[in-house]
Amino acid sequence: MEGSLWRYLKAYRVDCVMGPLCKLIEATLELFVPVVMASIIDQGVRNSDTPYIWRMCGVLVLLGAAGLGFSIAGQFFSARAAVGFSGKLRSALFAHVQSFRYAAMDAQGAPTLITRMTSDINQVQSGLNMALRLFLRSPFVVAGSVLAAFLIDVRSAIVFAVVVPLLCLVIAGVLWWTMPRYKQVQAALDKVLGLTRENLTGVRVIRAFGQEDAQVARFAERNEDLTARQLRVGAVSAFMNPGTYVLLNLAAVALIQQGAWRVEGGAITQGQLVALLGYMTQISVELIKLANTIILSSKALACAARVESVLRVDGAMPAPDSPVAAPARAGVPAVEFRDVSITYPGGGASALSGVNLSVPAGHTIGVIGGTGSGKSTLVNLIPRFYDVTEGAVLVNGVDVRQQDLETLRAGIGVVPQKAVLFQGTIRENLRWGNPAADDAALWAALEAAQAAEVVRGKSGGLDEPVEQGGRNLSGGQRQRLTIARALVRRPSILILDDSASALDYATDAALRTALRRLDWNPAVFIVSQRAASVMHADRILVLDDGQVADLGAHAELLERCSVYREIYESQFEPSRKGGEGA
Amino acid sequence: MKQTNLSLTQGQVLARVLRRVGRYWPWVLASLALAAVTVVLTLWFPILTGRAVDQILGPGQVNFAALPPILLTAALTVAGTAASQWLMSLCNNHITYCVIRDMRRDAFSHLQNLNLKYLDAHPTGGLVSRIIADVDQFADGLLMGFTQLFTGLLTILGTLYCMLTISPLITVVVAAVTPVSLFVAAFIARSTYFMFRRQSDARAEQTALIDEMVTGQKVVQAFGQAKAVQGRFDEINGRLTDASFKAIFFSSMTNPATRFVNSLVYTGAGLTGALCAIGGVISVGQLSTVLSYANQYTKPFNEISGVVTELQNALACAGRIFELLDAHPQRPDDPHALVLEHARGQVELENIYFSYDKSRPLIEDFNLTVRPGERVAIVGPTGCGKTTLINLLMRFYEPDAGQIRVDGHPVRGMTRRSLRRSYGMVLQDTWLRTGTIRENIAMGRPDASLEEVVAAAKASHAHSFIQRLPQGYDTVVNEDGGMLSQGQKQLLCIARVMLNLPPMLILDEATSSIDTRTEQKIQSAFARLMQGRTSFIVAHRLSTIREADVILVMREGHVVEQGTHDQLLAKGGFYATLWNSQFAH
Repeated sequence: MEGSLWRYLKAYRVDCVMGPLCKLIEATLELFVPVVMASIIDQGVRNSDTPYIWRMCGVLVLLGAAGLGFSIAGQFFSARAAVGFSGKLRSALFAHVQSFRYAAMDAQGAPTLITRMTSDINQVQSGLNMALRLFLRSPFVVAGSVLAAFLIDVRSAIVFAVVVPLLCLVIAGVLWWTMPRYKQVQAALDKVLGLTRENLTGVRVIRAFGQEDAQVARFAERNEDLTARQLRVGAVSAFMNPGTYVLLNLAAVALIQQGAWRVEGGAITQGQLVALLGYMTQISVELIKLANTIILSSKALACAARVESVLRVDGAMPAPDSPVAAPARAGVPAVEFRDVSITYPGGGASALSGVNLSVPAGHTIGVIGGTGSGKSTLVNLIPRFYDVTEGAVLVNGVDVRQQDLETLRAGIGVVPQKAVLFQGTIRENLRWGNPAADDAALWAALEAAQAAEVVRGKSGGLDEPVEQGGRNLSGGQRQRLTIARALVRRPSILILDDSASALDYATDAALRTALRRLDWNPAVFIVSQRAASVMHADRILVLDDGQVADLGAHAELLERCSVYREIYESQFEPSRKGGEGA
Repeated sequence: MKQTNLSLTQGQVLARVLRRVGRYWPWVLASLALAAVTVVLTLWFPILTGRAVDQILGPGQVNFAALPPILLTAALTVAGTAASQWLMSLCNNHITYCVIRDMRRDAFSHLQNLNLKYLDAHPTGGLVSRIIADVDQFADGLLMGFTQLFTGLLTILGTLYCMLTISPLITVVVAAVTPVSLFVAAFIARSTYFMFRRQSDARAEQTALIDEMVTGQKVVQAFGQAKAVQGRFDEINGRLTDASFKAIFFSSMTNPATRFVNSLVYTGAGLTGALCAIGGVISVGQLSTVLSYANQYTKPFNEISGVVTELQNALACAGRIFELLDAHPQRPDDPHALVLEHARGQVELENIYFSYDKSRPLIEDFNLTVRPGERVAIVGPTGCGKTTLINLLMRFYEPDAGQIRVDGHPVRGMTRRSLRRSYGMVLQDTWLRTGTIRENIAMGRPDASLEEVVAAAKASHAHSFIQRLPQGYDTVVNEDGGMLSQGQKQLLCIARVMLNLPPMLILDEATSSIDTRTEQKIQSAFARLMQGRTSFIVAHRLSTIREADVILVMREGHVVEQGTHDQLLAKGGFYATLWNSQFAH
């Protein structure tokens, strides 16, 4: 059990014992009721003892009241354990997923992880709650009844000994058939969920193409598939109750036949036969409850297994045993690539191969190349979002794999390709860069990122709310704010991964000027497809299909690198003519 | 919009649920009939065993001749009960799964009709949670309701009848105390309804956070914000745990409480019965029969109250689904709305006013006339209203005032679909549906042949990379594109339009993620495409818009300059500044 999700139940050990215990006591109290009632009949009625009848009825009420108390206590402990456990589990799962490295995140996929954290854990919670309340109680009553039957008459009790294993067989058979199929139902539900999500994110495109009806049809198809699977597994699952009922009551019929011989022979009395029948009924009631508990728990267990499989994903970046501190030192390049190659898992060709590069502090490196040339991959290696397959990436002279990940990343400001902001205020979003930054620092970063005007334009200023995903801001506004967010941490390495694509040329140019003037002298990586964005860099790395095509300053590259020249001319040839025309 | 959350009363929700269930009335009837059969047979079986036991009085007093027919009937009864029970379950499954299938389908169809204002304002995760998680929870409650409610009620009626035949007095005592249990159940249900609501709300809030943070996990990592995010998560998680515990615990008191009432019923029956027996009104045998029935009679009450609890939760979930179904649908198209076909592409915008937020005017008194085949380029700093203009042209949003006309017809009088299909749109935010590359390209024309798809892919220069994919055109991609780069996705979106060839085009930063070498090649394809088509082009790369017939220079919702490239440069205004800044060193 070590390392499994049940360890989150440890904190509720007491509740997990007390819950079922209270339910057991309640069940035991209930077993006394017929005994008391029997004495009312045997003594009260037979002797016409009215006060005795009143007294015993008082006892019955007391038994009921005590049962009420224990039962409520049982519900309390079970609810507390189930809810508390799933709360802890959710929190742990969330933390676990947050620790995933990029590759693990790519492999798992966001929608699956979201389902695990929401509906799966909900199912586990209700399953556990139910199991705590009933799982012990029902077998206890069944075992007690069988025991009592054997105490009355061993020969007659043989019927019990035959029927109980048969019952277990039916229950196990149904579970064996349905369990894997419940998994398929879940998979079908995931598909329905995926389509719903997709439709919400792509609503504009769907409407632009007038595809609403087609989407409804696709949804209907998946929805029907889900329903068909639910019905199929439901039909077999529904067999459990009638199946056990038939067995038990046929056993009762057999018991009467057997009892007839035993009574005839004088081994038991009529009253004892009635008692045996009573126990059989007792078993049937409890077994049906138990079967239902098993169905629900099996669903919950399936969900638990899926949650656990995520928990077991070894998703975090492997940390070094003894991290090496890597402060910036004079003469040591801020970033160095040594024969770096990387192949993504599942990807055939390598995304980068044989890259060598050394960037001193204060220098600006432009990275340019066509779509899919490996530009983003290159910069993603610096904060160790991915690990290299061969070679090494060094920051301040130390292999990033030997550094403490958090410290390494704290010194790097990343502006990702996709401008992602989070629900909260602008200030909260900017402080992601540095939680301790004061307003003056935030405004300085905003100025440099050309985003000050965006914030000033908002009535709330820094307190302007940002909606989920930052969708109340335009693409360009988001992009500038993400640049500001990276600048707020005053990183010694700044990475702009095609981060100016939504900016107009004037803003882009102003941004580049501001970046050159940053007073802390960071090493800057500018990834872009625009020659204008990188041409003023100290050096430009030209990538072509994962290989370094060339490295050098703008003028040199224009001279000798055909790939660079082609890119440059494709962007500037018409512009020059325009410039001449002006 | 939050107020509508609580505006549906429980009764209204229940009525609407029943209406949906009513669509399956033959199944409901069958379920009821089978429930009746099940209950009658279940009540009959103890009578048969009782009769059998009466044949077994003691040693030498066993009537072996009478036993076989009784036991045979009993065995048949058992078989009948089991069969009807199973069939009833099948009916109940059918009703439940079909009702939730309908609800999901309706909710999904409704999403297609909701206006974008609603969708833009509601987190995706929250909406998904309603359609998936809430519907699922609702199903659990409904199924339980069906399985136990009918049989429970019928068992109560059946036993009541049997007791009446034995002793009316005891029956009265039993029937008088029992309503207390219903009262208790109803009371608990009413007071826990809001706890379940709070749980649902906290859950939705958490789902939204999970959605946001899992989707943006890479950024969270890049900024080492996992701890801070965890803090927010745990805060909501704490509230959810608290709300869940209260909802679950308080609602679970129903069962013990009603069981206690039942023990009072049982005691009452015992007391009355014993006193009657002393008076000689009934026999001891009859007393034991009544007692066993009193037990049988109260059991369904437990179950029903359990069901009531479960239904509470289900109703709370259903309420949230109905809210979604009730939410702001876009004004439906007029039944006589014009179906725009083969538009010439004359587009006029007259005195348009629009803002997302009434307190912050965005577009004011906007006027523009575009002749068929004209190429309109829209430039301006980010946030100036370019994308908003597209939202209005596509009728994703309706203007607050003013009119947009296409070919002289007001767009309000057209079907949205025909208007939108007259535009080919490529957005900066690329979106692919889950499906093959081919399906994605053929999105606007699912019946397109493979040749046509390939031709469109070639025209948009996507063919070469598609060929290199593991399964070529049959490679399955999903929402976030997986292995495809942003640029490749954009090429696919362009191919989508190339295949469709609508009379008007909207290109909103359509090539922003494509490298310029490829872009140059696409430009020639675009140029061919734009021949004779009215086009609206938003671009930051000024070189791509030089050829436009009209360049609109926008700033803060207004057109500040308008003219051709040469005119605007000569004017030396805002456009000239933008243009020259790209050469600034």
